Amino acid sequence: MRTTHTAMKKSDKMNFPTYLIFSLITIGVMLLCICVGSVSVPLKDTFTVLAQAITGQKGEGLTWSIIIIRRLPRVLCVALTGTALSLSGAAMQGLLKNPLADGSTLGVSSGASLGAVIAIAFGITFPGLPFAGTMVMAVIFAFISLLIILGLAYKLDCSLSTNTIILIGVIFSMFVSSGMSIIITFAADKIQGITFWTMGSLANSSYVNAAILAGALVIFGGIIFGNATELNAFAIGEDNARHIGVNVRRTKLLVLICVAVLLGVCVSVGGTIGFVGLVTPHMVRMIVGPNHKKLLPASAFGGAVFLLLADLVARILLNPMELPIGVVTSLVGAVVFVFIFYKTRRR
Amino acid sequence: MLDVIDLTVRYGSRTVVDRVSFTVSEGQWLMIAGPNGAGKSTILNAITQGAPYTGSILLQGTDIKKVNPRKRAAEVGVLTQNHFVGYDFTVEEVVELGRYSRKTGMFSGKTDEDRNCVEEALKLTGMDELRKQSVLTLSGGELQRTFLAQAFAQNPRILLLDEPTNHLDLLYQKQVFALISQWLKSPGRAVVSVVHDLSLVKAFGSDAVLMDRGRVIAAGKAEDTIVPANVNPVYRMDVGEWMQKMLSQWEVH
Repeated sequence: MRTTHTAMKKSDKMNFPTYLIFSLITIGVMLLCICVGSVSVPLKDTFTVLAQAITGQKGEGLTWSIIIIRRLPRVLCVALTGTALSLSGAAMQGLLKNPLADGSTLGVSSGASLGAVIAIAFGITFPGLPFAGTMVMAVIFAFISLLIILGLAYKLDCSLSTNTIILIGVIFSMFVSSGMSIIITFAADKIQGITFWTMGSLANSSYVNAAILAGALVIFGGIIFGNATELNAFAIGEDNARHIGVNVRRTKLLVLICVAVLLGVCVSVGGTIGFVGLVTPHMVRMIVGPNHKKLLPASAFGGAVFLLLADLVARILLNPMELPIGVVTSLVGAVVFVFIFYKTRRR
Repeated sequence: MLDVIDLTVRYGSRTVVDRVSFTVSEGQWLMIAGPNGAGKSTILNAITQGAPYTGSILLQGTDIKKVNPRKRAAEVGVLTQNHFVGYDFTVEEVVELGRYSRKTGMFSGKTDEDRNCVEEALKLTGMDELRKQSVLTLSGGELQRTFLAQAFAQNPRILLLDEPTNHLDLLYQKQVFALISQWLKSPGRAVVSVVHDLSLVKAFGSDAVLMDRGRVIAAGKAEDTIVPANVNPVYRMDVGEWMQKMLSQWEVH
């Protein structure tokens, strides 16, 4: 571990072999998640079915439907959601120079789910696009939440200390949950759909969901990658960023929009899945260091792997019953949260 | 190179900087001196667009508000007194960020010039050996030299220093001032620094602006500005006498 650590820290960017290793691990974990479940499919059969699907043949039988209809779209959505959540977490932690900043700790994800719930309760839809209503509302609410949270935080303390972040997160989450309760009393008939957003689940993912996640990642994840140097400067300090010539206002706005879109899309696909953006960038930072040129790509892979494993645990731990995935990530997340908090306080 | 004209900064109803004007030209080391709360650091913040102001600041004759942040940084570098870095970046990573203003595109890599400037800055500041060290493990003096190296790598024409040696012990203070004097010797450069210590103003400054409560009390050549008639009313004490008393502690008996 020690040697890979220093070897990876030595170069400025991730090199090809590192990318290859990360990709192979991710693909390996994806395969594991496709094979294992309430009904386990041998790896050989999985490959046969996948090969059939890739070459465009229409397969049949139980194995085909388990893998192609149930598990593959779910695994794809889980991996992409993990990547998106982790990237947005890493971006926020750099921008705000605080390792505890994340969609779930700040309450942005809750804000986004409030948007989604309002869309369901009041039947906000866009003609021709079935889930555009919840998605657009989730994105808008994520962005508004970010503005409110950061506005409040800067009013309280302009350096955005750890304590402020936690305080604001708690206050904002309470505010959102009371809003949620009000809406639930108004729309009691839609309570089942609403519970889904608060629990978080990727059990009914479709290929369309995966495609939307992938699209959002390519565009908005791409913009975040393009701002890696600026994020490094912010992670050292906003004043320092200004002094070296970073357009501070523009970068902040751009990154916050990207984060809001990624979180909004994730929430509209899988509900609020907490702490992924907190746990993975933190672990990845311990391996590759804080330089965003490496941290961002490594977090992207790490997020996918972490959420895939969490989903696997959620599926098989109480087999045949299934735990909500958010329960698993929050369990791990809470422990990591305390750990980071302790570490930053000691400094 | 830099013209500050009628600069006024207000925070709420409080006027922190009140109609301050001065000019910085090539080869000058302009010292901005004065007691705490005189508005010295705020002037530097206004120049880098970190504080809202009225009046105008001209960089090579152009309104600095209209200059793209990257172009501004290629001309004006800054070294402040406090650095709190949250993550364990290496010294080299911090210094390399100094080259940001020279980047041409979002994904463009490092050029040979970038590498040379970073190498030179690391060597000049003596941070060469510690380049792979995490900034979280550095001493105050080493951290200050790291950020000085960043400013050198930026290769600006004007260097703004905000009490650059405030927390440093005497040895580092001497080193940092020596490095900056050396840097200033190349043609086409100028330094503006905010300092507390009036002896430093006289020892290193070519010109000085003496401030009190946001206003300029005196300005001109350093040796003509830092005189008892100007300084004593500002500090409300006999500064010369105090300095003499401090110095007399070192007389060999």
